[in-house]
Amino acid sequence: MVDLTKNYFELFELPVSCQVDQQYLSSQYRALQRAVHPDRFAGDDARQQRLSVQYAAHVNEAFNTLKQPLPRAMYLLKLAGRDVDMERNTIMDPEFLMEQMALRESVSAIRSTANPEQAIERLAGQADADIYQYLQQFEGFWLAGTEQDLEQAETVVRKMQFMVKLATELDQLESDFLDD
Amino acid sequence: MAYSEKVIDHYEHPRNVGKLDQDSQRVGTGMVGAPACGDVMRLQIQVNDEGVIEDARFKTYGCGSAIASSSLATEWMKGKTLDEAATIKNTDIAEELALPPVKIHCSVLAEDAIKAAIDDYRAKQKHDAAPAA
Repeated sequence: MVDLTKNYFELFELPVSCQVDQQYLSSQYRALQRAVHPDRFAGDDARQQRLSVQYAAHVNEAFNTLKQPLPRAMYLLKLAGRDVDMERNTIMDPEFLMEQMALRESVSAIRSTANPEQAIERLAGQADADIYQYLQQFEGFWLAGTEQDLEQAETVVRKMQFMVKLATELDQLESDFLDD
Repeated sequence: MAYSEKVIDHYEHPRNVGKLDQDSQRVGTGMVGAPACGDVMRLQIQVNDEGVIEDARFKTYGCGSAIASSSLATEWMKGKTLDEAATIKNTDIAEELALPPVKIHCSVLAEDAIKAAIDDYRAKQKHDAAPAA
């Protein structure tokens, strides 16, 4: 039914790539989901039911990994034999951290600015632009594919993680304002 | 997740928040980031002629554990020599704050910030002692 040994791209019959056809991914996802949905196996034995739950979880995990650029990039590195260990790695280049510090300072100052919505929009725009730029960089390194390139790709993924986190915080802040 | 009392105390009353003059020869600045949670930490030390850390400041954007870890680090560094401060381990910080396993990386961040600040200070002294070109 679902071959658990296939990688996520193979599972959805997609080429292993930085760019993913989102429409195709979604339609493949829906088809697989229908095929493995536990409700379809309600009348079957316990083993078959357990398997279908396992398959469904696998399909969901695969979809969520490929849908968003950051987990997709991390997965591509994993396929290339590099597990990005976010927990232990702390040192980053000082210039990048200075920028991050300044960005965070701007975010924390949003509440006291005259036009918070505008400030959020501006910062969110910057975060999106940075994420896009990191994706481009990542693709270049990933395509080049030597050990050195992949190491660079890993650094880019770490930076992307910071910006994704910032974007998420800005989203939260925006919805807080809309609630007020 | 429940924070320990000590974490909450440091979080609500952070010690030594602020900024020292980064360009001063007496000041060492350490900046580190944790990609796992997007935390950014800046830790600064001011060293006197005897090589003792007379002031320490931090600014951390991150969760309560990261703030508490850096707050505690500045407290511990004050009054210590550079060599003594360099022996502060993330495990000491984690133990003092009773950090749960998922927050250990916050104390790792603080230890790396301490090291980075000391390295920065020492690099400045070396640079200063070098003969003018």
